[in-house]
Amino acid sequence: MSDGTPVSATQKPRRALDRAVVRFAGDSGDGMQVTGEQFTTETAWAGNDLSTLPNFPAEIRAPAGTLFGVSSFQIQFGRHRVYTPGDRLDCLVAMNPAALKTNLSDLKDGGLLILNTNSFDQKNLDRAGYQTNPLEDPALAGRYRVHKVEISRLTKEALEDLSLGTKEKDRCKNFFSLGLVSWIYTRPIEPTVTWIKKRFAKNADMVEANIRALKAGYHFGETAEIFGECYGIEPAELPSGLYRNITGTRALAWGLLAAAQRSGLSMVYGAYPITPASDILHELAQHKRFRVRTFQAEDEIAAVGSVIGAAFGGAIGVCATSGPGLALKAEGMGLAVMAELPIVVFDIQRAGPSTGLPTKTEQADLLQALYGRSSEAPVVILAPATPGDCFYIAYEAVRLAVKYMVPVIVLSDGYLANGAEPWVIPNPESLPEISVRFRTEKEGFFPYVRDEATLARPWVRPGTPGLEHQIGGLEKEHITGHVSYDPDNHELMVKLRAEKVRRVAQEIPGTTISGPATGDLLVVGWGGTLGAITAAVEEAQMEGKAVASVHIRHMNPLPPDLGQILRQYRRVLVPEINSGQLVRLLRAEYLVDAVGFNRVRGLPLATSEIKEAIDQILEEKE
Amino acid sequence: MSEATGVKEPSRYTKKDFESDQDVRWCPGCGDYAILSAIQKSMPDLGIPRENVVFISGIGCSSRFPYYMNTYGFHTIHGRAPAIATGLRIARPDLKVFVVTGDGDGLSIGGNHLIHVLRRNVNVTILLFNNKVYGLTKGQYSPTTEFGKMTKSTPFGSADRPVNPLTFALGVGATFVARTVDRNVAHMEEIVKRAAHHKGAAFVEILQNCNVYNDLAWNAVYDRELKVMHELRVQDGKPLLFGPIDDRRGLVLEGSKPKVVRVKDVAEGALWVYDETDPWAAQALALLTSDPEFPIPVGVLLNVEAPVYEEVLIDQEEKAVADGGAGDVAALLTSGDTWRIP
Repeated sequence: MSDGTPVSATQKPRRALDRAVVRFAGDSGDGMQVTGEQFTTETAWAGNDLSTLPNFPAEIRAPAGTLFGVSSFQIQFGRHRVYTPGDRLDCLVAMNPAALKTNLSDLKDGGLLILNTNSFDQKNLDRAGYQTNPLEDPALAGRYRVHKVEISRLTKEALEDLSLGTKEKDRCKNFFSLGLVSWIYTRPIEPTVTWIKKRFAKNADMVEANIRALKAGYHFGETAEIFGECYGIEPAELPSGLYRNITGTRALAWGLLAAAQRSGLSMVYGAYPITPASDILHELAQHKRFRVRTFQAEDEIAAVGSVIGAAFGGAIGVCATSGPGLALKAEGMGLAVMAELPIVVFDIQRAGPSTGLPTKTEQADLLQALYGRSSEAPVVILAPATPGDCFYIAYEAVRLAVKYMVPVIVLSDGYLANGAEPWVIPNPESLPEISVRFRTEKEGFFPYVRDEATLARPWVRPGTPGLEHQIGGLEKEHITGHVSYDPDNHELMVKLRAEKVRRVAQEIPGTTISGPATGDLLVVGWGGTLGAITAAVEEAQMEGKAVASVHIRHMNPLPPDLGQILRQYRRVLVPEINSGQLVRLLRAEYLVDAVGFNRVRGLPLATSEIKEAIDQILEEKE
Repeated sequence: MSEATGVKEPSRYTKKDFESDQDVRWCPGCGDYAILSAIQKSMPDLGIPRENVVFISGIGCSSRFPYYMNTYGFHTIHGRAPAIATGLRIARPDLKVFVVTGDGDGLSIGGNHLIHVLRRNVNVTILLFNNKVYGLTKGQYSPTTEFGKMTKSTPFGSADRPVNPLTFALGVGATFVARTVDRNVAHMEEIVKRAAHHKGAAFVEILQNCNVYNDLAWNAVYDRELKVMHELRVQDGKPLLFGPIDDRRGLVLEGSKPKVVRVKDVAEGALWVYDETDPWAAQALALLTSDPEFPIPVGVLLNVEAPVYEEVLIDQEEKAVADGGAGDVAALLTSGDTWRIP
């Protein structure tokens, strides 16, 4: 069979589905992330809407076969809008006993369960803590549609005549699984063939082996008698445009590049490695052609310090970190507040406190971002709602930082960073203007004179003759910027710094309400919970309930119309992956009796649990 | 790459051009006044346009320095000046950047950043004022305070062994390491100018007097008589000599160890002739300060060349642009797998 030949259409019956949720689970060495990413690409090609959830252990090479070494990749795809990676699985591929044990509870009754039987040996059963072999458990077959496939052996046989070692051959088994599941859900495997050729371009044997394994899996589905049918999912009716898949990480990085290009400013990106923020550094470090200068600092403090130095020099200074790193940057951000320099800090929130669950998601840094600095140190805070939205939020963060001469924190999270979605590629020229005017005229210059509309102080590039001046962390005298210990001046400056951030509200577009403009319940969310909230609210609306939702992207200042909107509903529900942070703000800011729905499991919120919370609050008597 | 620190215009400025209009707020009698004056005096000779000069500092008495220089200045946070200066140099390699720090700021809270700015060889001139005490916080012992010293925070004597700033700088790979003294304005000017011209990170320890909390800590190199036997002027290509004119002492190397000798007792050619490009020699000489039987070396201990961090970074960038053309966001967004939905 020659590479790239379209695989012949199946003869088996194909059942049409609206949507499906599939999870690939295996050992961290089994290549589950690559499998999931390729399945995602195939699904995008098939024209479905989709949402993904990679889930992997913090340990780089966790001992093989152990429960904590399981890595998985989940995707929901459909012919209608798909808002989340899905709550419960229609199909689970378990490459070993540990993957079965840790993932089975998420599989729907009657769901497809594909097992690599070759890995169910005594050693792996022991490592997974199985007393008896689950393959022999009749209850399993009673509850799920179990397909026991000798994935390892079939892969090995398909590669028999190749000169690769046993280990290398075994490593191709994830492509067998991918091929099989691609057949089951009628996905085109061409994009994966192309990807394999590119990925292993330097190793012809690996290209051949992986493509063979992929096709072997596909044909196994087609020919093996155990699979009675396959599934088709019609392309979704998505808005027209040119699409690509994008992760939140890449979108943040590209949003920065777009902002740098549009503004004509140079960009310095300073970062210290921390999961899950490091991937932004990896992405940007590749793009030297865009003249973004990446700096791997000696620690989190140096990272924020370097971007403050860059901003002082007239460049855009950006750094990214995760929760514990944001704590270390607090002092530096305080200096940026005092010196009124434009820097952008991404916080890719992860489960904590301390090291916590470094690869798992959470939304618990909102209050840290707002208040986690000494004294009165207001900053602008933005939060993207989807992986693709990260592009626009990164761009907006730069735009606001340079326009208002203010630090901006962007609160993304592990789920958004690693998750992917089909994304309409924007025309960079359609993005809002970022105009920067460095001060050059001497007449009337003081470092802390302010723009009337934005209260921004002038940005002066060192090297500008006649504007030599000194700034620093000591309190500044209003206008002159001289060191001042005057009590009234200090109070004035505290107020000016706060007012400057408040004025960013004039940049916030009117809040979009999804649903009726008044009603029984408003669900208010922020960040990566948009999909789950939207799906749950739509379900409730279909049941005729007077429920609406709004999703906040500007966390500080909050949208100016929000208070008015909150009062149009009998109740307000705020789902968050924390113990109740936005809900606390809304109650304090607007004196509304908002209630929280809070889960802190290191996982995205499920649509079903939000829907239950909606039903419950609607049933409550006031 | 653009490594222009400005056009040479030596006659354009006088010392006065570098004096800012801010009130100097150090204690009367502080050694910092002499350092400020020496640096202001050195600036016209550097031949760098004033607007291209930036002074960056951390926190502490020394770190008030930028306010008093009529250049661009940034008084930042405790210990972090090297990191901020690094970011500035990455963004703006056309600027001449000085870092002013102290023994507490640079070697205690900012020790980590000092390691890395030196090791990376970022093109900054670092002036560390060492008075062996915390002044601004009113008299606690610092990382350079001698063992057993009684201070406000160590009423029974300090239990810490001090760090030697020169061996520290040499140990982390600094390419220019020197020492000078606040009471010797001419020497300070000479050393500061040499440091400022060095390509890469230049580290200068300035022995400085805190007349309030640690007066005469460096008396061995202040006192006219003591100085004769305790100050060793290091000069490239010259033998290491000190002591009275009529009974000169010199250093010889016995194996790897320096030894003090009377010049008249040794054969011509036996004396240690200093080579400032020799990192082994620099380490041996820097260690002398830790040993009271030897004089205190002042002058340039090391002066070598190494790749400059931000130059390497920018060379990579230039090469990437030359090879692949300038980046274009529209092309980037549509790169890789895309599909159109009509």
